[in-house]
Amino acid sequence: MKINTKEFKHCDMVSIEGRVDSSSAPQLSKALDAVIGKGVYKIVVDMSQLEYMSSAGFRALLASQRVCRRYHRGEVVLASVPERIREAFELAGFTELFRTYGDPLEAVGSL
Amino acid sequence: MQTVTFSSTFDVLDDIRSFVGQQARGAGFNEKDVYSIQLATDEAASNVIEHAYQGRLDGKFDVGCEFRKGGLIITLLDHGEAFDPSKIDEPDLKADLSDRKIGGLGIYLMRKLMDEVRYETTQAGNLLTMVKRKG
Repeated sequence: MKINTKEFKHCDMVSIEGRVDSSSAPQLSKALDAVIGKGVYKIVVDMSQLEYMSSAGFRALLASQRVCRRYHRGEVVLASVPERIREAFELAGFTELFRTYGDPLEAVGSL
Repeated sequence: MQTVTFSSTFDVLDDIRSFVGQQARGAGFNEKDVYSIQLATDEAASNVIEHAYQGRLDGKFDVGCEFRKGGLIITLLDHGEAFDPSKIDEPDLKADLSDRKIGGLGIYLMRKLMDEVRYETTQAGNLLTMVKRKG
């Protein structure tokens, strides 16, 4: 798994490439925590290069969403969620906890 | 049944997904089902590593895979602490963000993704059996 963080005017974009499981999820949490640590609470998670995500990745996203939504100061939104991952998200009942966008730049514009 | 032994560390998960993915594709499952089988097995193995071995890195567990009577049978046999998934509460998927529990999701996904999930304590160890039927 590779993670790349890019700064925009009103938000940061965290792009995940490859596979997120119990082994790599701590790295994702670390990247999200680093953004939050700067005081940036509006985060786009770009999943266009994501191949796989287990519940360990879901938990990392959920934990960040909690912190970002606190005091209505921001939120985590998801962009370009691959079909298989979207299906697992739906099973886990995560769909209503995250706004999703078809395109990462559209997601950036929404924040 | 083809069986592979793995160590109780999270970095084996990639190999476990490859192993069951290969078996599922070989049995003719479509890509959606292959993903489901890989995800369910990953969740099961993650639970073994996290709960049965509780962070011990020297544990070993076997993953078995066999296609029989129209279904792919996946078994995980470990020798760690007995762990009964039926004792884990189902996550409340309707709970809002602040109330959403963070555990139990892996087992919930296993049950949703597979047609059968059974857990038993045998003389050989803790045995989890999952079945995914084709079509």
